[in-house]
Amino acid sequence: MTSRQLNKLATRIGFWVLVAVVLIYAIFPFYYAVITSLKPSSELFSVSYWLDSLDFSNYVAIFSQGSFVRAIFNSILVSISVVAIALLLGITASYALGRVRFRGRTTVMLVILGVSMFPQVAVLSGLFEVIRGLGLYNNPAGLILSYTIFTLPFTVWVLTTFMKQLPQELEEAAIMDGATPWVTITKVFLPLMWPAMATTGLLAFIAAWNEFLFALTFTLSDDQRTVPVAIALISGGSQHELPWGPIMAASVTVTVPLVVLVMIFQKRIVSGLTAGAVKG
Amino acid sequence: MTPEPDMTTTTTTPSAPERARPYRGTKVRRQRVRAAWTFLAPMLVALALVAGWPLLRTFYFSLTDGTLSALGAANFIGLENYLVYDDGAWYGLLTDPLWWRSVWNTVFFAVVSVSLEVVFGVIVALILNAEFRGRMLVRAAVLIPWAIPTIVSAKMWAWMLNDQFGIINHLLMTLGIIDSPIAWTASATYSMWAVIMVDVWKTIPFVALLALAALQMLPKDCYEAAEVDGIHPVRVFFKVTLPLITPALMVAVIFRLLDALRVFDVIYVLTSNASSTMTMSIYARQQLVEFQDVGYGSAASTLLFLIIALATVAYLYLGRKQLQLGGD
Repeated sequence: MTSRQLNKLATRIGFWVLVAVVLIYAIFPFYYAVITSLKPSSELFSVSYWLDSLDFSNYVAIFSQGSFVRAIFNSILVSISVVAIALLLGITASYALGRVRFRGRTTVMLVILGVSMFPQVAVLSGLFEVIRGLGLYNNPAGLILSYTIFTLPFTVWVLTTFMKQLPQELEEAAIMDGATPWVTITKVFLPLMWPAMATTGLLAFIAAWNEFLFALTFTLSDDQRTVPVAIALISGGSQHELPWGPIMAASVTVTVPLVVLVMIFQKRIVSGLTAGAVKG
Repeated sequence: MTPEPDMTTTTTTPSAPERARPYRGTKVRRQRVRAAWTFLAPMLVALALVAGWPLLRTFYFSLTDGTLSALGAANFIGLENYLVYDDGAWYGLLTDPLWWRSVWNTVFFAVVSVSLEVVFGVIVALILNAEFRGRMLVRAAVLIPWAIPTIVSAKMWAWMLNDQFGIINHLLMTLGIIDSPIAWTASATYSMWAVIMVDVWKTIPFVALLALAALQMLPKDCYEAAEVDGIHPVRVFFKVTLPLITPALMVAVIFRLLDALRVFDVIYVLTSNASSTMTMSIYARQQLVEFQDVGYGSAASTLLFLIIALATVAYLYLGRKQLQLGGD
């Protein structure tokens, strides 16, 4: 009796220890960023694992800088525009790819898959020329344009897999009623595609919100930057004196909305990620 | 327009196929195909504008002496950016030791970080696949690193890895593992491992989720059989679970490898342009933007593109071959 039960108990304890380790590993860095951001700069240089008091001076410092507020605004503008464009172009394209059989369909799918594998650096100089040619250098519109390179293929791919799963009868009924393809999309499929669109839109939003290389290269002045670039470029008096308090405050500020979104839409994100990858 | 009930019922009656056929016929079909291309056109134009054309221009720039300030005045110089013999010595990208160092760093980073991510990702997936209280909460917590922007996670870890005031050095010294602080991000020996550590932390959730999705599709009965037979769980994992989830893991691996081969942000923030962690993307961007040498930088970008394209093709080819062998 005892050895078997002991064994079981040990397994249970071992399992919970493992769960605890995973939890600490996943959460601790963010937790540590939060407590660092809530410390006055004088206490920053003694390591502690929790907070004795709250101090918001770091948050006051970053929000009193116009450029950080401006960067948040730019990030929101860019991310929402990117999502809107990707969904608009994605839903029509996914109807064509998911519901209509035509010659060249496989080729188009391969092109989309190929573009999603592009290293961003490979198009950097060519895209720089395009953006400057259109007069969009150092302008959020240039970022909106360039971000379609990674949001659009992904959106089309995932929406197409969802579009394929919808029942055939719906569309046949619409065709018999003489509905044009555009009416079929907007009146029949759109209402059914909302969940899929929410998922892909959310993933596209996160990707655009986090993008760094294009934002760093295609913007120049403080008031045109997005949040990741603004954070990366916060600097102190010298290389070795980075203002860690304000950096952590800025980091927490831009991460909290994402963490909340992920917590709320956990299920959707998981299904979107796996749909995009497993069917890929 | 919502489909009327009687419409849907008629399509299910036996005569439906015959009635449906005329609609599938030439006119509607042609209209649909035309509509399909109309719908695809905006997307294809957008992709051509931001991907196709810029890629071709990058290829072209790599054959010129263009600079960032005078892109229009670029002269065609053939393959000189790649390799040129001049006055008794070879010059060009292919002779630059720093470029080869970047290639090696990128490959090392990609292989080590993806391997670690797969191992830890599968472990986390196995935990999340077990039934226990608070499982949803743990799954949500595990997703946090994935949700944090790469720049932010790099900054967070940079602070934790700070040589003087960082908590990691503090912890390791308190535990007596090291006697003096380690300059994680500055030293040539440790900086690559610091970068890998941050990347692994950030991307375990992605691999874990894909592995978890695969685990949840496995049939329950063979596990019950194994349990009845008293086979050790570790043996069951290697003999049953792992082979069954390998296809899903392979998908995760290719996604992660393609990501890792173009890595930029995490390294740029943690170690900047240091040569001990310089990757192909960092090298190409430094040439392009900081040194303003578009011709040379584009040559590096082109090689990076070719390396990734080759890796993809090789992977797909080998994957297919393996599948066929498995089929026999």
